Amino acid sequence: MKVFVCIKQVPDTETKIKLKPDNSGVDFTGVKWVMNPYDEFAVEEAIKMKEAGKAQSVTVFSVGPKTRVVETLRTALAMGADDAVVIDAPEDLDPSATAKALAGAIKAEGEFTFVLTGKLAIDDNAASVSQMLAENLGAAQATVVSKLEVAEGMATAEREVEGGTREVTQMKSPAVIGANKGLNMPRYASLPGIMKAKKKAIKELTLDGVGVSAADIRVRHKNFQMPAEKPAVKMLAGDAKAQAAELAKLLREEAKVL
Amino acid sequence: MSQVLVFAEFANGQLKKGTLELLSAARKSGLKIQALALGSGAKGLADQLGKEGVDQVFAADDAKLDQYNPELFAEVVSGVLTAQKPAVVLASSTMLARDLFPRVAAHMNVGVTSDCTELEISGSGDVKARRPMYSGKCTAEVAFENSPTKIVLMRPNQLSITPATAAKTPSVEAVSMPAKDLKTLVKEIVKGTSGKLDLTEANIIVSGGRGLKDAAGFKIVEDLANVLGATAGASRAIVDAGWVPHTMQVGQTGKTVAPTLYIAIGISGAIQHLAGMSGSKVIVAINKDANAPIFQKATYGIVGDAFEIVPALTEEFKKLLAH
Repeated sequence: MKVFVCIKQVPDTETKIKLKPDNSGVDFTGVKWVMNPYDEFAVEEAIKMKEAGKAQSVTVFSVGPKTRVVETLRTALAMGADDAVVIDAPEDLDPSATAKALAGAIKAEGEFTFVLTGKLAIDDNAASVSQMLAENLGAAQATVVSKLEVAEGMATAEREVEGGTREVTQMKSPAVIGANKGLNMPRYASLPGIMKAKKKAIKELTLDGVGVSAADIRVRHKNFQMPAEKPAVKMLAGDAKAQAAELAKLLREEAKVL
Repeated sequence: MSQVLVFAEFANGQLKKGTLELLSAARKSGLKIQALALGSGAKGLADQLGKEGVDQVFAADDAKLDQYNPELFAEVVSGVLTAQKPAVVLASSTMLARDLFPRVAAHMNVGVTSDCTELEISGSGDVKARRPMYSGKCTAEVAFENSPTKIVLMRPNQLSITPATAAKTPSVEAVSMPAKDLKTLVKEIVKGTSGKLDLTEANIIVSGGRGLKDAAGFKIVEDLANVLGATAGASRAIVDAGWVPHTMQVGQTGKTVAPTLYIAIGISGAIQHLAGMSGSKVIVAINKDANAPIFQKATYGIVGDAFEIVPALTEEFKKLLAH
């Protein structure tokens, strides 16, 4: 059985965001692009499934501008994935259209049992593609998964719900799993892995080829703004007891939050 | 006629605060308001919902819905939404709703947006919403396209609650359970030890970082959080160090939070942490380094030893909250 992993390329978390002059979006000049951190857990888990003999091969998919997105696909190949597919798309494709494109590409690859994704991408934080993909594929879903066991046609996932409570969910395949931190420790690509990944062919698909067009976009983001400047911080003086008393007073009387 | 449908969440027979916020926003539009409630006791909410100006209640009052199951919930919710075709669906951006509504949106082929911080609904059912991007490093307006129903998940604690002017007597429609062969089965629930609100819903958060020296040092954070009825959070550094579980991590690779009050103890303020909490209304920073970046985002700052200041604060708040 093949395991499929969907990954997204995002700006590194240390990126300082600059807006385009017309506020239509973020200025990506000079941005360092990386694999979405949660997707690293998904790739690692798929490779572990292969190493444990529970999967024959790992195929990685990504939707986005192909010139840059292939670099992240190569990172996944260098970690140990077998094949990679890029679906060339503009950078503002929304979760609805992305999930349709991924479903189209995955169905074209044939039978599948498990698809792994990150629980969310740290750029738009939509946390939507995993569940939409499950719906589009008619599959079961589990998001925010921090522990996963798969056996023939069955997956048992431990997922985080409200307030630190965890649920253990059992699913019949096919299932889409959204990985959370804690699922595993993603490996670093080895040097031979990196060399091998450079030579691998990456399959290229178009949106048109997977049956998606601009008419499938449901949500766009516009009129970007930087957060309002905060007023200068008020520093409190005195010893610990005086500072504590002053803060309690300010929080009740000035900020009115207690 | 277009209408707004509110996904009503409740606990112990009472509507959650987030739901009251959504109902206040729905009333401002002047549109007809529907509410959908799932689980045992859903029917019993009719009086409360009527007082909040709801015209029609859809109640799937069935114990099978007391435990979240994505497939079953998506089936029930999609069924009601497809039949009613509301212009706008409002839900709180909780972990349950964020898991559920993207699936519902895909099923209905409509758009969904989550974690919104601003919302206006016009009398014709148009939505103007704004949400953080890059965990709050900037914000953007949301524009729906080709989406007759617009699903908006609002971050809790962002909309103000206003009293309803006129109570209504809503009609109550029973929602029948679908006969669906489910692929998903929830086998076990492992309750969190805190019993507190989730970080994403909490009104007050007390977070700790490296400045607490070791895992045992985190106790002063928990003590302060307990006195305030707050939820405890953490920086990435101490999650990675294994002092506390990842469920408590605030930041771009943890949870994005926006409580009324955020107290950061011994957290220097890495960009990815600041991104996750800078939407908080009032921020208190306690750090021994006066140049720590956290002070640039703080409303009130204290430079000093957390192990002296935090216990003093805990005592001070105990006195304050006793009055």
